[in-house]
Amino acid sequence: MTAKQSPLQKASIIDVQTLDDLISTLAHAGYQVIGPRKQDDAIVYDTLRSAGDLPVGYADEQDGGKYRLVKARDGIYFDYVVGPQSWKRFLFPPHQKICQMRKQGKAFRIVEETAEPPCYAFFGVRACEIAAMKVQDKVFDNGTFADPGYLGKRNAAFIVAVNCGRAGGTCFCASMNTGPRAQGGFDLALTEIVEKKRHVFLIEAGSVRGSEILAKIPRRAATGEDTAAALAATDRAVKGMGRKMVEDVGPLLKRNLEHARWGEVAKRCLTCANCTMVCPTCFCSTVEDVTDLSGSNAERWRRWDSCFTMDFSYIHGGAVRRETSSRYRQWMTHKLSSWFEQFGTSGCVGCGRCITWCPVGIDITEEARAIWESEGRR
Amino acid sequence: MAAPSKPKLAVWKFSSCDGCQLQLLSCEDELLAVAGAVDIAYFLEATRAEIRGPYDVSLVEGSVTTPEEAERIRKVRRQSKLLITIGACATAGGIQALKNFKDVDGFIRSVYAHPEYVETLATSTAIRDHVDVDFELRGCPINKAQLLEVLNALLNDRKPNVPPHSQCIECKLAGTVCVMVAHGTPCLGPVTQAGCGNLCPSFRRGCYGCFGPKQTTNTESLAKRFATLDMDERSIKHFFRSFNANAAAFRRESETHE
Ligand code: SF4
Ligand code: SF4
Ligand code: SF4
Repeated sequence: MTAKQSPLQKASIIDVQTLDDLISTLAHAGYQVIGPRKQDDAIVYDTLRSAGDLPVGYADEQDGGKYRLVKARDGIYFDYVVGPQSWKRFLFPPHQKICQMRKQGKAFRIVEETAEPPCYAFFGVRACEIAAMKVQDKVFDNGTFADPGYLGKRNAAFIVAVNCGRAGGTCFCASMNTGPRAQGGFDLALTEIVEKKRHVFLIEAGSVRGSEILAKIPRRAATGEDTAAALAATDRAVKGMGRKMVEDVGPLLKRNLEHARWGEVAKRCLTCANCTMVCPTCFCSTVEDVTDLSGSNAERWRRWDSCFTMDFSYIHGGAVRRETSSRYRQWMTHKLSSWFEQFGTSGCVGCGRCITWCPVGIDITEEARAIWESEGRR
Repeated sequence: MAAPSKPKLAVWKFSSCDGCQLQLLSCEDELLAVAGAVDIAYFLEATRAEIRGPYDVSLVEGSVTTPEEAERIRKVRRQSKLLITIGACATAGGIQALKNFKDVDGFIRSVYAHPEYVETLATSTAIRDHVDVDFELRGCPINKAQLLEVLNALLNDRKPNVPPHSQCIECKLAGTVCVMVAHGTPCLGPVTQAGCGNLCPSFRRGCYGCFGPKQTTNTESLAKRFATLDMDERSIKHFFRSFNANAAAFRRESETHE
């Protein structure tokens, strides 16, 4: 491949030690740097003070209902893939105060919020996670409704992507066209190059502010050989993809709203809602009002909710989706089918979290495949 | 104009360990505010003074295990506008409902020198099995934050924020890594109602089910999962048979592993 054809033509190479410079440069630029950390035998997202906080040398084994963090190749930074949390935790937090009210005589007054939104740098964002943010962007700013809390944080956030050199056991981004290489949506993107004699990162800038940060750290221009090595890394991830979604799953589900499989999956489903909580695109919430004992101060809070609870579809007269089968069907058909009509995109990006973190290992790709095969396909 | 009269609150005890009533006492700072907002009319754990009924709100702790209690709870109900049961004993029969699975007469004969003095029912049952209940607050013991929330909601005429969803949702809201998926530790969270404040999973323990069955349970599927985590039939039975042994969903599941 000539340098001109390469999608990575403006790439640079940085040493492994330079990751620390990158983190401190972001911190100096005023960002709160959040990235992967090892906690309770899993990779979670938390504050990074330096590259020393990164979980080096670990990989994850993932399968339906199973996650194990294991010691892997020494010194390698990004052999693990996505964990139980996603960046949604920061952009669309589990609990968020919507407003505060104070009683005034017989009326009440809204207390103005003056706090600035936090300015995050997300370090180590995978391609599927960027895709997930783009999905939530449409939810929280869809032309009719815009959520200022989400948008304030989202627009300020600096994104350092990591292109996956290894795919996890439940990953299926390749069949959802969302990864493993990030196609835009980042300020900087890293690809870890691990060869016998060298261990470096290829780094690309995807925005002006990305280039500005890049200009502040030691680097050299990438050669054709470097870009080829980076592309080979993500190609390996494609080949190692643990799961695959069947083709044309949207129309498939739409014509199978009545299907024996919904009842079958309901026998296994616990309606525990883990799948929706870990999904980086699920956006459902409920609103709770709290007061002090005297009732002079009240607050309205938004909290994550799930289509798997009965309360979620409770209207006058009772819950709409009483059966587990109808709740599972609601979830899966929304993710893979009706989301297209609502938001013009798939609601699933193929990150595999719902498969791994389902306590009984219910697998969205397997459920889709079962319906697909029932139509006589193979 | 006379100040609006404060609601009269009574706290009643049936067969229980007093732990749930103690949660009200351990509200300390908040208790003063509660005491200011209600008239505590009957609460032997805290005061010897008694005010006669009827009561606006009765908090009932404990299960019904004797003929005397079965009679007394009817009187409490008659004197109470709102009756709220608190804790696993009152909402499910408590740990003492383990007797429901055994021959109680046999126990009495082998333990007491004069079995004729012991007057007890064959079962320990929830208050709901005897009288209408307006609200149930789960837990062994109850969570004092939830108790305050219910009293607060009552005083302010709003809906209490006590969701009947799974413990798993609490894990995910708190950012706790799932102990079952990440460590292979059996956990009752997927069938248990939230409310404890995510206690056990945040200490890397599986949920023990203190808050009883959640809104819709699939204990059978979870029990199958436990079997793959090296639990034998006996341990699965015991897992479902603890503080909420007599809650319908848990009782049925434990019985299938007899
Ligand atoms: S549905 Fe599952 S695989 Fe798809 S984005 Fe959500 S968690 Fe990831
Ligand atoms: S699919 Fe799995 S994670 Fe989702 S509600 Fe059902 S049992 Fe829970
Ligand atoms: S630790 Fe238990 S309660 Fe928490 S998510 Fe896992 S199974 Fe559910």
